[in-house]
Amino acid sequence: MKVLNIVGRRFPVHDAAAKAMGQARYTDDLELPGMLHGRFVRSTIAHGRILRVDASRALALPGVKGVITGRDIPDRVYGIVPKGKDEHALARDKVRYIGDAVAAVAAVDVETAEAAVRLVRVEYEELPAVFDPLDAIKEGAPIVHDTVPNNTSASIRKEWGDVEMAFGQSDYVFEDSFYSQAVNHAPLEPHAALAQYDPQSGEMTIWSATQIPYFLKRNLATTLLMPENKIRVIKPKVGGGFGGKIDMFSKDFCACWFAKELLRPVKFLYEREEVFQNTRQRHPMYITVKTGVAKDGRILAQRIKAHADGGAYNSTAPLMITLSCFFIMIPYRIENLLYEGYHVYTNKPTGGAMRGHGIPQARFAIERQIDLIAGRIGIDAAQMRVRNAIQPGEPHPAGFIINTCGFADSVKEAAKAIGWAEKRGKLPFGRGVGLAGASFPSGVANMAHLASGAVVQLSREGRVNVLSGAADIGQGAETVICQIVAERLGVSMEDVRITAADTGTCPLDAGTFGSGVTVRAGNAALLAANDVRQQLFPFVAERLGANVEDLVAADRRIWVEGSPERGMSLSDALQAYQYADNPLPIVGRGAWIPPTEQPTSLLTKNGNFSPSYSFMTQAAEVEVDIETGKVKVLKMATAHDCGQPINPMLVEGQLEGSIVGGMGQALYEDSTCIDGQQYNPSFLDYGFPTVMEMPAIEAVHIETDDPLGPFGAKEAGEGTQLAPAPAIVNAIADAIGVEFHRLPVTPDMILEGLRKKQGVCV
Amino acid sequence: MGKKSVLELKINGDTYEIACTPNTTLLEALREKALLTGTKRGCDAGACGACTVIVDGEAVLACLTLAVEAEGCDIRTIEGLAGNGKLSPVQEAFVEQGAIQCGFCSPGFIMSATAMLAEHPNPDREEIQRHLAGNLCRCTGYAKIVAAVEDAAARIRGGAR
Repeated sequence: MKVLNIVGRRFPVHDAAAKAMGQARYTDDLELPGMLHGRFVRSTIAHGRILRVDASRALALPGVKGVITGRDIPDRVYGIVPKGKDEHALARDKVRYIGDAVAAVAAVDVETAEAAVRLVRVEYEELPAVFDPLDAIKEGAPIVHDTVPNNTSASIRKEWGDVEMAFGQSDYVFEDSFYSQAVNHAPLEPHAALAQYDPQSGEMTIWSATQIPYFLKRNLATTLLMPENKIRVIKPKVGGGFGGKIDMFSKDFCACWFAKELLRPVKFLYEREEVFQNTRQRHPMYITVKTGVAKDGRILAQRIKAHADGGAYNSTAPLMITLSCFFIMIPYRIENLLYEGYHVYTNKPTGGAMRGHGIPQARFAIERQIDLIAGRIGIDAAQMRVRNAIQPGEPHPAGFIINTCGFADSVKEAAKAIGWAEKRGKLPFGRGVGLAGASFPSGVANMAHLASGAVVQLSREGRVNVLSGAADIGQGAETVICQIVAERLGVSMEDVRITAADTGTCPLDAGTFGSGVTVRAGNAALLAANDVRQQLFPFVAERLGANVEDLVAADRRIWVEGSPERGMSLSDALQAYQYADNPLPIVGRGAWIPPTEQPTSLLTKNGNFSPSYSFMTQAAEVEVDIETGKVKVLKMATAHDCGQPINPMLVEGQLEGSIVGGMGQALYEDSTCIDGQQYNPSFLDYGFPTVMEMPAIEAVHIETDDPLGPFGAKEAGEGTQLAPAPAIVNAIADAIGVEFHRLPVTPDMILEGLRKKQGVCV
Repeated sequence: MGKKSVLELKINGDTYEIACTPNTTLLEALREKALLTGTKRGCDAGACGACTVIVDGEAVLACLTLAVEAEGCDIRTIEGLAGNGKLSPVQEAFVEQGAIQCGFCSPGFIMSATAMLAEHPNPDREEIQRHLAGNLCRCTGYAKIVAAVEDAAARIRGGAR
């Protein structure tokens, strides 16, 4: 067992007090002298050609400083995935959904900008529109992007083993279809950007509510036609992201454009309605699963067909559909697998990465079908999962390297925590339990731009400065990095100061996505701290007459292991080091990239996807009100293998938040869009879970010790949101005997299901 | 928009002279005029609770309150809770219980909880949930927020201020 002082301990996020006092500054809290405010003119139709934009009346309004359209900016598309770039900050020829940005206005204050927006006249030639991916792939459907036939902008077809042969050898073959809805990230902080341009140095500085400062910088450089080294992206505090702030948005580009043109700072802040309509959402997805099983419940073959509703633009399309495909192969052993997935454009708001990224939809389908199959062939649904669980070290059909895996244990532990043996199928009508499993990567390993760097500087007083590119969006990345550095250098948390996510001063980082920050940026910081040790500790060893390998550091002291009296304080060590004319400051550098062949693409080639994989099972107990159709989630048990937690309190926070988010996906949330018009783009109408719906949560940690993670850590951020929805819907089936194939399961659906069931019984 | 007039708002014990139109909300007055940006704008529609402040002892949504309505009232914002070198018991409990992740909803929750605990120093779990039902959080799943309010209540009953 490792003995650690700082890693493994509960610390609040390091900026908690500043946040509690209202002193933490988010993008909209920043104010610069002479700052202008921007607003967008947005399309009122779902699909059409822009014939004319008349901004003359808006420009004549006192206080308006500028109006731009898609014709005024460079014809350069952007997007978070290089292969998927298809978006202009302002529409050039066509609008593709209700809310597409057509023009941007900058004015002295928000009221004037809003008044100017109302004065811009846009003439369209309306085109037929398409709102469902299954319609959009049909012959003769309206084409959303002229260069993309069948509206299919990304697709993947992968087969492992021989699926048809394995179906032939199966005792049973079942086919079921499922649908997952549009879910909005709904971070409490709306998206915002503030830009300032210095004409003397030619440098653009942008403060943006972003999860990936370095990708934003790249996309800004290519669209603004500026060199990358003239763009500095600073991420202030970010009020939640969940994947919805990885992309560049119109607000980022337009703030910079106006700042450069008008030579005044410009801020854009999205209204809540714009967050719902104009940012991103979890892709709605139709999935059909055909599964062949043996009598004992072993899965012999699986064939999956998925159509994702991409909305008007790609965002992460190729990556999303690839993830959806590859993560079907864990946590279960499926030797014969065929996946066909399509990302399809429609005239609707755009899909993007959201906590789980393409995988929650697939998990809903597969975990629901496992319960259906278990019921049909008369075996226990938990046992069926254990029977098919992948084991650590097992060869994987797509070449994933599974060093550690606690999945089978997670099923057993979650079942125990929810009272599976006593309750499943045995509770009174209206009460039930269900469970579902999942697996997630700790960051992505096999694409480009995935390295993290860190610089750790030890001052002569024993203060530690950390520079990291990691983007803390509230999950506590900066805190975890400080813990890792403090542990390694033997100082306390108060001694460590971190500056992160400023592309002008911090080393390169991939950003916050794919649940990879702790492993990637944490390892970089660990290596940088090791570098510091390598500079100072040989000197200390010599002074102590010891071997450098025998030194330990903690509590601001360095001593010989086993002989605490043979040591010195860190400040004495630093003073002695300095007076011996050694160079100060001591600066350590570290960089980390997952060990893999890269860059490769899973679209064309198998390979290990991530340095490590987390495994988890969610179990739910629900109570269904037969009169109203309302479902109350009484308890969620989560058994999660996230390796060795660096900070158990932050891990709990990730698990609890993920579970309640997943509960929203199961029961409440649906970004409803009818004929291209969103119907509920507000918190009130959308209705994600409040504190009233909070279930009891029991977390069971399945501890493994990952060889690649810093101090054995794996991901904890996204994986837990994969399986609450199927667990809850499985529990509803146990409670009332009605099987649902669509999300969310609303009271109306429950009542209708009960009526139909009664009809059958009578 | 209407004609601007100068209001005297008493915020955290200090008097601010603020030029407002009749439709200026208290949230705009606090954030954009007084530059007290600790009060957050999450929806501007009374649905998320991020802008909760305490007016004459009562928790109100600053985005649904006109600045003129608050004239002559005692307005407390998140910036007015800490003092004498320490955080308020509610702030301290939120920090220590891990109730703060992204922190954007935290000022609103802390103000709601502060107002509730001044009236009901010994709430049970259900009362806490009912009082905080108007505050949304997307990060924490609420468990640690409820634990923090229970902890704060115990601190206040123990004499913490």
